[in-house]
Amino acid sequence: MDHEANGARPGRGAVSRLQVLCADATRKLSAAGVGVSVMAADGVHGMAAASDPATERIEELQFTFGEGPCVDAFASRRPVLITDLDHEAMLRWPAYTPAVHEAGIRAVFAFPLQVGAARLGVLDVFRTHAGPLSRDELGQAITISERAVTTLLDGQDQAHGERDIDDAIDQGAPLWQAQGMVMVMLGVTLAEALVRLRAHAYTTDRHLSEVAADIVAGRLHLKRDHS
Amino acid sequence: MTTVSAERLAKVFVEVADSLVDEFDLIEFLQMLADRVAGLADDATVGILLADPKRQLHFMAASDETTKFLELFQLREQDGPCVDAFHGGKPVINTDLTATAATARWPQFAPHAVTAGFRSVHAFPLRLRQEIIGVMGLFGNTVGDLGDSDVQIVQALADVAAISVLQERTIQRAEILTEQLQGALNSRIVIEQAKGAIAQTHGISVDAAFQMIRGYARRTNRRLGDVAQTVVTDLASLPELAAPGSR
Repeated sequence: MDHEANGARPGRGAVSRLQVLCADATRKLSAAGVGVSVMAADGVHGMAAASDPATERIEELQFTFGEGPCVDAFASRRPVLITDLDHEAMLRWPAYTPAVHEAGIRAVFAFPLQVGAARLGVLDVFRTHAGPLSRDELGQAITISERAVTTLLDGQDQAHGERDIDDAIDQGAPLWQAQGMVMVMLGVTLAEALVRLRAHAYTTDRHLSEVAADIVAGRLHLKRDHS
Repeated sequence: MTTVSAERLAKVFVEVADSLVDEFDLIEFLQMLADRVAGLADDATVGILLADPKRQLHFMAASDETTKFLELFQLREQDGPCVDAFHGGKPVINTDLTATAATARWPQFAPHAVTAGFRSVHAFPLRLRQEIIGVMGLFGNTVGDLGDSDVQIVQALADVAAISVLQERTIQRAEILTEQLQGALNSRIVIEQAKGAIAQTHGISVDAAFQMIRGYARRTNRRLGDVAQTVVTDLASLPELAAPGSR
């Protein structure tokens, strides 16, 4: 069970949706570009989508060098917010920092794409000027990261369309407990369990929170795939 | 709430100081703080909420389950003293939840809390420099005024909770706060996922699953968050938790 990210293997539809999301994020966050990297549990880089080809090359740099805010955000499971690629950044990422600096980037903000222990990748915001994201921009970046997570989870099955199975409010403990239960029930990775839970909600035309509540209460049992 | 016992208070500060020395697990720390602050008075329970950068509050720790549900109720209804203390940035001191003033101010929360057996609630913002990063609720099952000195003591403990979020206390970067908070919020999700996984493995309730995970973490002297992480990524490596009937 050590390949957490197996549940999210985005198809071409997901990649183009991620590119749109990155372009949208670039405008909202006054960024030079935004990129998304999909990663396996061991940190091996799978696929990148970005707002534009130049940003995609910058996004790839951390995998060329095997270091950078994105790599650290994935490993530490928390954002890594670098407001100034200065001397301190040089010490932390000696190969990566000069390379992005060369590309004109002065600030990098990396947000892990994850739901608890299900880790899917990282979203990176690049800016050509040093300085922090405002609180409003931080909130937006986190909202955009959450959208990237659902895109990755739903992306492999186009049949889901755009129907919204998520509640507007925080679904909280029952949903997360149900994720852990489905993982054991189906003998799959946690990320795959998230995908299967969502797929069940789509196909039965119900809200995710209702499906989760039924699973936690023992009223619903998902079946293993024998294919 | 009756007057805070000086002896109990001293113990709380000793334990807090102990916890803050080494690298520590934020959720475990907040849980400990909730338990200890609740222990300051005979009839009190405590809940702690933290805000994300979107200014949405999330439940982090409570001294008991009823209090947890009362905190979650406030979050869902956006109604109650904890929500007010967070948005107002000042303590909300309430003496009697059955009084008309309380019902008028919190039409959803007040009757709900009374039904749950509570009579008084006080809420304290978690302050960090200019920021309000969360709130601590102090619930009582008797009508109780809180004296000025007690208000100051509990507010000080709420501020300790806020400072604890900055594990690297010497670092000045404001970004650290967001990094820590997002990390802690995600750790809570991992713990819930682990509860579900253990509950399903052993056919037990999620609460019993939590006791099992916590018991294992304590016996093996490992952090709760680390054990939970392993449960959902590599359960087989924890035979004591993985094998059915191992309780």
